[in-house]
Amino acid sequence: MSEPVSALGGASFHGFATIREIGPLGMITLRAKGVKALDKAVKAVTDTKLPAPRRIEINGEKACGWMSPDEYLLIVPYAEVSATLASLAKSLAGEHHLAVDVSDARAIFRVEGDKAADVLRKLSPVDFEMLQPGELRRTRAAQVAAAMWAQDAGFTVVCFRSVAGYVMGLLTHSAQPGSEL
Amino acid sequence: MLILECPYCGVKAEETELSPGYEAHLKRFGPGASPEEFEAYMFARKNPKGVHFERWRHTYGCGKWFLAARCTATLEVFGTYPAQVSEPPADIIAKIQARRPGWQPDGKVTK
Repeated sequence: MSEPVSALGGASFHGFATIREIGPLGMITLRAKGVKALDKAVKAVTDTKLPAPRRIEINGEKACGWMSPDEYLLIVPYAEVSATLASLAKSLAGEHHLAVDVSDARAIFRVEGDKAADVLRKLSPVDFEMLQPGELRRTRAAQVAAAMWAQDAGFTVVCFRSVAGYVMGLLTHSAQPGSEL
Repeated sequence: MLILECPYCGVKAEETELSPGYEAHLKRFGPGASPEEFEAYMFARKNPKGVHFERWRHTYGCGKWFLAARCTATLEVFGTYPAQVSEPPADIIAKIQARRPGWQPDGKVTK
């Protein structure tokens, strides 16, 4: 069995905020709409309720985020992905849905510090003053798609693994000491 | 800067988070249509100076297509609405007429 490796091997940078590439993290894309058993199926795997539009429900290492009217992002520990997929397949059997392991297709970053929002403010067309706690915002970070939410005195940023180096470069440059807003 | 509210996720998305899809409410003419009808469907766009109905996609957000009514002369946005309709909904038309008295959905202005 090969060891899972995160996109940048846990790279980090200490500027006016701290950037850390974390992971590998188990991520599952769940697509379903109007499925009755959906809230129970999600509750069984992440022990959270089904998030309202644009929200993310966080429960320790697990989370469920609302990505679009028919798409959810499930976050679980990397080792639990196959068990989670099996649980979803069982509880949603016969219902029209799609659950796919996308853990290795994504990179995930933590931006931490008092001025963490300033790092992201330079990269995304988002009003961070209006971003509610527990709100998942899908947007762009400079030229690539990203999803971000506030968590534990900082932000978590998710992007595609293929652009992990680009996003790390963006965050690093944006967090250069002396470039605070 | 153009800001449109996505009717699916409620994000007030800035133009760079969206992709344009050009004129909305086109009636498709495919196999069996006359060459003139197909040419009109393919190439002829209304493009009035003023109220436009457009398709937009929330590319960097929820990824859904939606429709927007806006004025290309003043950049005023009258509203956005889900794409599962074949003509502008009544509340959008009412909003346009409140701002543009005499404006009619067919593009004609009655005095």
